[in-house]
This record gives sequence, structure tokens and C-alpha cells, in this order.
Amino acid sequence: MTQPVLSVRDLVVEIPTRAGVLRPVDKVSYDLAAGEILGVVGESGAGKSMTGNAVIGLLDRPARITGGEVILQGERIDTLSDARMRRIRGRRIGMIFQDPLTSLNPLLPIGAQLAETIAEHLPVGRAEARARAVRALEEVGIPAAAERVNSYPHEFSGGMRQRVVIALALCAEPVLVIADEPTTALDVSVQAQIIALLKRLCRERGTAVILVTHDMGVIAEAADRVAVMYAGRLAELGPVAEVLQRPRHPYTEGLVGSMPMAAAGRARLHQIPGAMPRLGQLPPGCAFHPRCRYARAECQRDPGPTRADCDGRAACWFPVGARA
Amino acid sequence: MSLVSVRGLTRVFDVSKPWLNRMIERLPKRILTAVSEVSFDIRAREVYALVGESGSGKSTIGKILVGLLPPSAGKVTIAGVDLSGGDRAAIDAVRSDIQMIFQDPYASLNPRWRVGDIIAEPVAARGGDTRGLAARLLQQVGLAAEDAQKFPHEFSGGQRQRIGVARALASEPKLIVCDEPTSALDVSVQAQVLNLMSDLKDEFGLTYLFISHDLTVVRHMADRIGVLYLGRLVEEADPASLFETPRHPYTQMLLAAAPRMDMIGREVAPPQGEIPDPINPPTGCAFHPRCPIAVARCSVDRPVLREVGISRVACHLAGGSGSGI
Repeated sequence: MTQPVLSVRDLVVEIPTRAGVLRPVDKVSYDLAAGEILGVVGESGAGKSMTGNAVIGLLDRPARITGGEVILQGERIDTLSDARMRRIRGRRIGMIFQDPLTSLNPLLPIGAQLAETIAEHLPVGRAEARARAVRALEEVGIPAAAERVNSYPHEFSGGMRQRVVIALALCAEPVLVIADEPTTALDVSVQAQIIALLKRLCRERGTAVILVTHDMGVIAEAADRVAVMYAGRLAELGPVAEVLQRPRHPYTEGLVGSMPMAAAGRARLHQIPGAMPRLGQLPPGCAFHPRCRYARAECQRDPGPTRADCDGRAACWFPVGARA
Repeated sequence: MSLVSVRGLTRVFDVSKPWLNRMIERLPKRILTAVSEVSFDIRAREVYALVGESGSGKSTIGKILVGLLPPSAGKVTIAGVDLSGGDRAAIDAVRSDIQMIFQDPYASLNPRWRVGDIIAEPVAARGGDTRGLAARLLQQVGLAAEDAQKFPHEFSGGQRQRIGVARALASEPKLIVCDEPTSALDVSVQAQVLNLMSDLKDEFGLTYLFISHDLTVVRHMADRIGVLYLGRLVEEADPASLFETPRHPYTQMLLAAAPRMDMIGREVAPPQGEIPDPINPPTGCAFHPRCPIAVARCSVDRPVLREVGISRVACHLAGGSGSGI
């Protein structure tokens, strides 16, 4: 097998607080191949964004990685210094955030921002960087790119701004892009444009993508594999069609069932009782067991199930479908 | 008989720069038409949904219905009372039959008030009897009677939205305007709130105006759906016809663009273009610059909403022989 672009091994992120140590990310492991799109879904507070931020070394203090490894193309990057990490971010790992206005400098024309990133990370001169900036804008579908390089972010619409952010993330030709809710702030029709663009560019260049979103529909259309997170842990990880159509973890089953589906008509929506526990008050054993309708006594036993102890896909002692 | 009747509703906003800037910079006035000649009816005990993208005017219509904004033109009649008419007493009486559920459960509850006071306020404001009211309503929305003593910050987003629902129910309204009631919530919590709203509708015989951008939620909840584009109602139909045979090109585009869980790995050509500037909307049909089937007439004549089958569509080409739509 070829070497994965990114390998995350038993990653643990902890936040020390006065009330004790919180674990927003708890032993998360996954591999990502070149050109693959991994969707990460979960509800707010599940640790989706925190996992992405840990991979790129952008955790806000006092949160820090306290266990596990992050390996980018065979090189361990979670132990690198901030200065070394800064060389990797932007160059080998691109980032796309939810709100395009906050990821662009409002005081610089977009062409200057792109050229700066290109000149910083690639061995090219100023003129070449500028020419590449125009090409990058053309590639993401900005009309009349050559004229618009001198425009400021506020002169673009939300969808066009997000295209600029994608151009910025991809301009140094990274091997991995972390897209954190890239379409959440956008309208449906613009969202479809952005998803199609992201898919096309990554497929053409073989860039791996971690697509963090709470929208199962976006995952279904864009991702190759999907990771479902619950209370900082990976509940289930597998090919998108398998996980969404035949979920094995009861939480995935509940999440899929609670989506109003076209086929189901007007039937009552399946609801998962209760709410996700707070990080300081995680139950022992499987974090989902108090809300799980299949829970048995074993589910409270510590430590909770991991994907490796179970069927490799779902972290559940009694996965859906395998039950008698 | 319909509970709500909206006729030729129009709302414009003056978004000009201040007077002095206009004089110095010699700028014209800028008028934004948020809602343009919208007409529809909501029957009693029906869920009428308005869908559209940002800037389509859906929230503005909701605000006009509850009286938070006056219309610029057109008429809203609720339970036979003309809201812009002169009969103040009748208007005042019908206003207590209309309540609203807001999108953001963090912004719509006063953080300094106890939950019990928040819920009873619509009744207390009219001097009604509020004894035991909050406790009873809290139980009806799936919370505990003791929660009346707590403050909003002690609740999660989904629980806060239940409090918002309880407050809307307090004055025993006939019509509840729900403006994106679940878009701030996670999907599993959204399912809880939508189920609750369906149950309460059956129990109290409520009528909902359900405003949302989420097509799957609208399909699940609505009896009839109105699709808005740039402040204009472009299509109105029941969910089955709208989703199976959308007749307006914009509706078709919207349905094709919406991500769907049952469309794994789907490859579709994404829609072209973006929503135009509402200050200078296109002439004729507002959708014509993005419309794949537009003809010359579309950029001149504004199409009126007309009946095509059991739907109402504002498109010159809809329902015509051989047009394919």
C-alpha cells in the first residue's frame, strides 16, 4: 500500500481547567490517502474542529496535544517547533475556514494576499508569483481574474470570497487541505458550486481533504469516507455509502435517522433522546450509552469500546446489524 | 376559509447613505425591494412554508405578518381582520392570536429574566391570568415545571428553543410564525424540536408559517410550499408536486443544488451565477439572467403567478405545450 498522506494515531488533546482535565479529542486515529476526501461529521462539541486544529498545530492554549502522533508524508509533525510548523502550514497543508471574511485580510487586495503566500512558500520571483495568483483565481472560477486581482475582499460576494479562500489554500500546491465548515455560511446554490469546485481541484491535483461539517448531505455528496465523532471520540469510520446507508454505530444510526429524508415522507423523525454530555461529565465506558437504545451493562465498563476492539468500523460493543 | 390572506404584499427599505453624504457625493437614493407583490393564502391548521435563499424576503414576510414591520404596499388579512385597516381594537385582538418562534434561541430569550416570566409574558402583558401557566407549558414542551425558576443560560440550545415554543404557545395563538426555528440546532436536536412542533400543531390546532432555507425540513413539515426568489413568489405547490415536478426553473435549480443524503457521490453540474443585487434587480423575470431556458420575453415582462396544474408558477414558459416543464 502506498504511504498515506496523513496518519493520525491515537491523538489526544487535553485542556487543563480548574475543574479537572477535559479531553475534547480522545484517541482519534485515521489515515488519509492522496486525493481522498475524508468527511468528519458530528454535532457541536463533538471535537471535529479541534481534531483538525490539532493536526495543523493551531490549538488555542491551554489546549494541547498530550498523546498520539500526527504523521504527514512519513514525517511526524505534532512535535515540531512553531517555526517549522509555520513552514508546513500554507505550503503542505492548506486551510479553508467557515467565514471567508475572517480568513482574508480586509486591507490587502486579494492578488497581493495570494502572491504573498506563493512567494513565501515557493521558489518564485514577485512577477511569477503575481502571474500564478491570477492563474489560481482563474482556476477557482473568478470571472475576469486578471482585473479582479486588485479588488479587496469586501468587493466580492460570499461565494466569490470563499473561492478566493480556496485559491489561497491551494496556491502553494499543498498535499492536504483542511476545510472546516467551508460552506456553512453560504446559500444552497453557492454551496453546490463550492463543493463541486473543491472536489474537482482536489481530484485533479491529488490533494487529500479533511472536510469538517455538520451537514450529512454535504458529506454524502463530497466525501469518499466519513468519520463520525461523538464526545471527542471516533464513533464510526468507513466508506461514505456504507456508513450512511448501513450505519453500525447506534449514534450514526440515530444521526442518519434524525435527518428529514425525502423517502420517509411525513413520518415522525427518529430522535436521539437527551443531549451530548459535557466534556467534564462524560459517563464511564461508551460515552453514548446513556442515550443508546441498545445499551447493556457492558457498555458502562471502562475503558469504552474503540474501533480496533470492535469490528474495525464502529466503536460499539454491539454494532447495529451484527446484533441478534 | 383561509386564516391568513396576503395580497400584493410589498416592502421596500431605504438603504441610502445619510442625507449629507448623498448631497456631497451626489449619490442617488438607494431603495431595496425586499418583498415584491407577494400574494398567498394560509388555510387554518395548515403548515405553509416559505423557502428561499438569503435575501429572498422570507423573513421580511414573517415580520410583516406578526406586525414587527409595516408593509409598504399590499394587504394582510388575518382571521378576517385587515392588519393595515383602521379598526384598532380588532387588530389588537387578532394580534394576540399570532406568535413567533425565532431562529436564534440565544438572542430571543432575555438573559436576565427567569424562564417562567419569559413564558408568561405574552399573557401578563395583556393582564391575563398567569398562575401555573409557565409550569404547564414547560411540561407540554418536554421540560420540567421546576425549570420556570431557572435562567436561560442554564439550558442547551435545543432546550432554549423549547422555551421559545412554550412562550409562543402561552397566549393560545392560532397562527405561529416560525422563522428558521431549527437552523441553529444540531440535527438530532432539530429532530426533537420538529417532532414537538408537529405534536403541538395537532394538539392545539395551530397554523404555522414555516420559514426556512432547508428544503428537507420544509418537505417534512409543510402542507404547502411557497418558493421565493429576490422577494418574489415564483412557485407555490404542495410538497409532493413541488419536489417531484418542480415547474419553475429556479425551483428546479434549487432542488438540484441541495445536498442530499441519499445521493452519495453524486456528480451534478452546479448552478450558474449568483443571486443578483436586490437594489437593482434584473428587469422582467428576476431569474432570467441565470435561467437555462430564458427567452427574449423573460427580460421584458415580469411573469405573474398563474395556475399550472395544481401549482401556481410565475414563469412565462411553465406548463406551455412542449416546453418540457
